[in-house]
Amino acid sequence: MSTFLTLLRRDCAQLLLGGRRGGALLPVLFFLAVAMLYPFAVGPDAPLLARTGGGVIWVAALLAAILPLDRLIEPDLELGLFDQFALRGISEEGVVAVRVLAHWLSFGPPLMLAALPASALVGIDGAQLRLIEWGLLAGTPGLAALGVLVAAITAGLRGGAALGGLLVIPLAVPLLVFGAGSLSAGGEAGLALTGAVSLVLLAITPFAGAAAIKSSRG
Amino acid sequence: MQAGGLTATELFCRRGDRFLFGSLSLRAAPGDALHLVGPNGTGKTSLLRLLAGLLLPTPPSGAIEWQGTCGYLDGRPTLDEHLPLSEALAFWTRLDRAAEVPLERLGLAALTDIPVRYLSTGQRKRAGLARLIGQGADHWLLDEPLNGLDREGAALVEALIAEKRAAGGAVVVASHQPLALPSAQVLDLRKFLPSPAGRGRGWGNDVSAEPPPQPLPAGEGLS
Repeated sequence: MSTFLTLLRRDCAQLLLGGRRGGALLPVLFFLAVAMLYPFAVGPDAPLLARTGGGVIWVAALLAAILPLDRLIEPDLELGLFDQFALRGISEEGVVAVRVLAHWLSFGPPLMLAALPASALVGIDGAQLRLIEWGLLAGTPGLAALGVLVAAITAGLRGGAALGGLLVIPLAVPLLVFGAGSLSAGGEAGLALTGAVSLVLLAITPFAGAAAIKSSRG
Repeated sequence: MQAGGLTATELFCRRGDRFLFGSLSLRAAPGDALHLVGPNGTGKTSLLRLLAGLLLPTPPSGAIEWQGTCGYLDGRPTLDEHLPLSEALAFWTRLDRAAEVPLERLGLAALTDIPVRYLSTGQRKRAGLARLIGQGADHWLLDEPLNGLDREGAALVEALIAEKRAAGGAVVVASHQPLALPSAQVLDLRKFLPSPAGRGRGWGNDVSAEPPPQPLPAGEGLS
């Protein structure tokens, strides 16, 4: 147990505070920047902004989750960290699961906080905002798992970071469809489906990610 | 202390489409040292990674048995580059909760505040040794432990290996540099090239013989 706490502490220090690699701040600023730019691009049409703003927030959240992809697995693989874990009998599955948790902590709650000013920027009302927050709570764990999974698969590949971003986008479509869909009238069931997709991704990722790391060892 | 040490039987290793060695068996009892030699590309690192369990032996067979835990040091210190040395080592100390790290002896005592990425090649090697010692493993696998070290550092590594052996550990070292390992077995990987019959392309017993250049099949360009 304390092994995993030690790992979580290191992962959080790396991803949340980020050392010199940006940390949790960069995705949040990116997310806010998108929400800020959108009204400039669409123009001061308040009903239109309020109607489409929720979807934009979801797209911005998805893209913000892609930003830290290249530092999720790759640097540690290069460092030889996973080799040393293997020697100590620490399973890759456990390491990947801890990494998913740390990655979620580094962008899920910050994005949910940033959604408050972002929804004000696009003129979303209280009821919609509540749905967005619930949706992000249900969807960001899935995005975190997907990010770690794709980072593990593309780690060690040439141009892996760019490829990873491209891979995440189609795989995140179900989360986006259900998450953003929950905002339309009568779409509340989308929240449950978003949560279901997240759970599936959370269940698969430790095993698939561990398999990817093991096979990259050659 | 530990009975048994390391026993490996009938190891085969293939990397890509190249067979590196075959039917290799070795044994290192507690207190033994095994010095792997052979030209570049004969599979010393692969053998060490096999022994560490980081690579799987190529079928048909192969069994590796360790008694006790095993530490592995390659060219990378495996410490977080942006952290000061003391914090980077502290992560492993928390994980291993094992041995005291003799920073003074390794010549690292003055460097604990310096981020790992600013360390020189030799200092990084010493930092890697610090991590290895801190693990407190029973046996050691060392891949070119003298690379980048000065003469004093090399003597230190020899002393550390001797102490590990005296404490009942088995040590397997792959090194091109001369290394004082009293009464060590020397394992020359050239002796374990797979026989020319059947496996691979152009692999004879003479390691200097290059595989004959294969004419390109029609329709296949240079890659």
